[in-house]
Amino acid sequence: MTPITSLRTGNLSIRLSPRGLLVSAGLIVTAVAGGLLAISTGDFPVPIPDVIAALTGQGNPAARIIVADIRAPRVLTALLVGAAFGVSGALFQSLTRNPLGSPDFLGFTSGAATGGILATITGGTAWMIAGSALLGSLGAAVSVYLLAFRRGSQGYRLVLVGIGVSAILVSVNSYLLTRANINDAATAAAWLTGSLSGRGWDHALPVALALAVLMPLCAPLSRPMRMIEMGDEAAVAMGIPVERVRLAAMAVGVALCGVATAAAGPVAFVALTAPQIARRLTHSPGVTLVTSGLMGAVILVLADLAAQRLFGAIQFPVGVLTAALGGAYLALLLRKERR
Amino acid sequence: MPLSTVVDALFAPTGISDHVVIRELRLPRTLLGLGVGAALGLAGALMQSLTRNPLADPALLGISEGAVFGVVIALGILGITDPALYVWFAFAGAAVAFAAVHALGSAGRTGTSPVRLALAGIALGAVLTAASSAVLRLDTQTYDRMRFWMTGSLAGQTADVVVRLVPFMVAGIVLGLCLAGPLNALALGEDASRALGANIGRTRVLAAVAITLLCGAATAAAGPIWFVGLAVPHAVRAVVGPDQRWVLPFSALLAPILLLGSDIVGRLIGSPGEVQVGIVCAVIGGPVFIAMVRRRRLAAL
Repeated sequence: MTPITSLRTGNLSIRLSPRGLLVSAGLIVTAVAGGLLAISTGDFPVPIPDVIAALTGQGNPAARIIVADIRAPRVLTALLVGAAFGVSGALFQSLTRNPLGSPDFLGFTSGAATGGILATITGGTAWMIAGSALLGSLGAAVSVYLLAFRRGSQGYRLVLVGIGVSAILVSVNSYLLTRANINDAATAAAWLTGSLSGRGWDHALPVALALAVLMPLCAPLSRPMRMIEMGDEAAVAMGIPVERVRLAAMAVGVALCGVATAAAGPVAFVALTAPQIARRLTHSPGVTLVTSGLMGAVILVLADLAAQRLFGAIQFPVGVLTAALGGAYLALLLRKERR
Repeated sequence: MPLSTVVDALFAPTGISDHVVIRELRLPRTLLGLGVGAALGLAGALMQSLTRNPLADPALLGISEGAVFGVVIALGILGITDPALYVWFAFAGAAVAFAAVHALGSAGRTGTSPVRLALAGIALGAVLTAASSAVLRLDTQTYDRMRFWMTGSLAGQTADVVVRLVPFMVAGIVLGLCLAGPLNALALGEDASRALGANIGRTRVLAAVAITLLCGAATAAAGPIWFVGLAVPHAVRAVVGPDQRWVLPFSALLAPILLLGSDIVGRLIGSPGEVQVGIVCAVIGGPVFIAMVRRRRLAAL
């Protein structure tokens, strides 16, 4: 048993495990280091001291443009989008009581993609694409929830209805792609894989705002969700308002995933893998929100770095790298099941 | 075009343009629809019976996506354009995907659960789709050619392609139909079927081979098509009961009707263009799937 200390202020009390804190600190350090590496390397290398100077508005103008206008917002978007996907994945895996229950498969990212493609092929601006993607994701989530609701929404029915809705949306998406001209279709397809290239401050800002608003809402949800993981009956017996907690968690999870998708496209598998890796690192019995978010940030910033630098002249969209990660994760599950 | 012209074109072609259109364009497309439909319906029925899982469907479980990835590698990287050659890549992709999803979804402490298998298939399908699009990204021209096929479409295949793929479909259909008896025995549970003298291992391997042949050939011909393999066996089972000797042939008969019907609907509503048959199937099949999930607890087959 790891010793557990708790932090109490007024009505709030948070349990802290030393291992969890250590892992969180490690993840923060890795994320910052990965971000700095991504900012300082590339076709125009900028040494770390110059990076800090450029970010505070000093140093030579060329470095300032490259660092402050191009690389820093991209890295920041990666960190924030990764964190949003990580937390959203943790929420849904807890809700569906299934390590494979990620928003990727429940139709929310497909809904966001439908919105995004519609805006892209009608020639919308970045803000319109983002807003339309967010609306699409919310629309998909509301339909999944309402369709799955029948004397309460059970985890497995959410998953299956999500798969059905997702399949319809995916085919609508590909229909839209076949209707568009080839250039619009290629742009939309790049966005559909999940890409961070060319992301500026106006992409990072909405995600930052969403995280700032939604993360505090997660705190009071985490304990009742831990109870619901033990089964609806047990949770009801403990006095948990199951359906209300579930609805709230879904709302937060969908909003996070919608905002993240709007910024970077449906980057696959970050929401799936981040909570599971974080859980294994912290040795916690269930998925944990904060470490999942940090893990998501680490994954996305490193994956984006690898996607930019690993293949020489070819720059893959980051979604390709994270999908490979998802494949590795599935293989790992496979090996575990074999034993 | 009047029916008499069609009959003339089939039995006494004179080379006028109507006859050419029918023989060169519409006949291959219809045959392809029949073959792909029968293959998908039978594959779905076989999969549901083999995995004893009501949610088994070639595209839902990632098998069609495996076949797609195989074809994408053959076309995009190796530059193989002969369908009789690239169909082998489709088979390889389908076989690997089926093995992986079966291992992921049915092993483990909790035992087989429909949801688990479906999630494993969706996850695997997502990985394979991402891999396919990564390959296609390197080459915009291949992407332009493949984006229609990747939605599931009967258009654009010539008679030559159809002729080359039909043998594989026929082989898969014959093999699949022969397995009805052993699969009936398997449905009783492993112990009971062993007691009846059924060879479980052989049945499983043969069924997997049939599924691979059917899914691989159907996908190589028309791309991934959702829900035909899922919905048709359920509809058939509701009518004829659980006996595989009835379920398998009727699935192979009903599915082409559904597929050709969807193709016609897609051509009518998309006129003057067309909506790909895979999209029509998903838009029709998705709500059916959701209704199925809502109606009752999913019992293991």
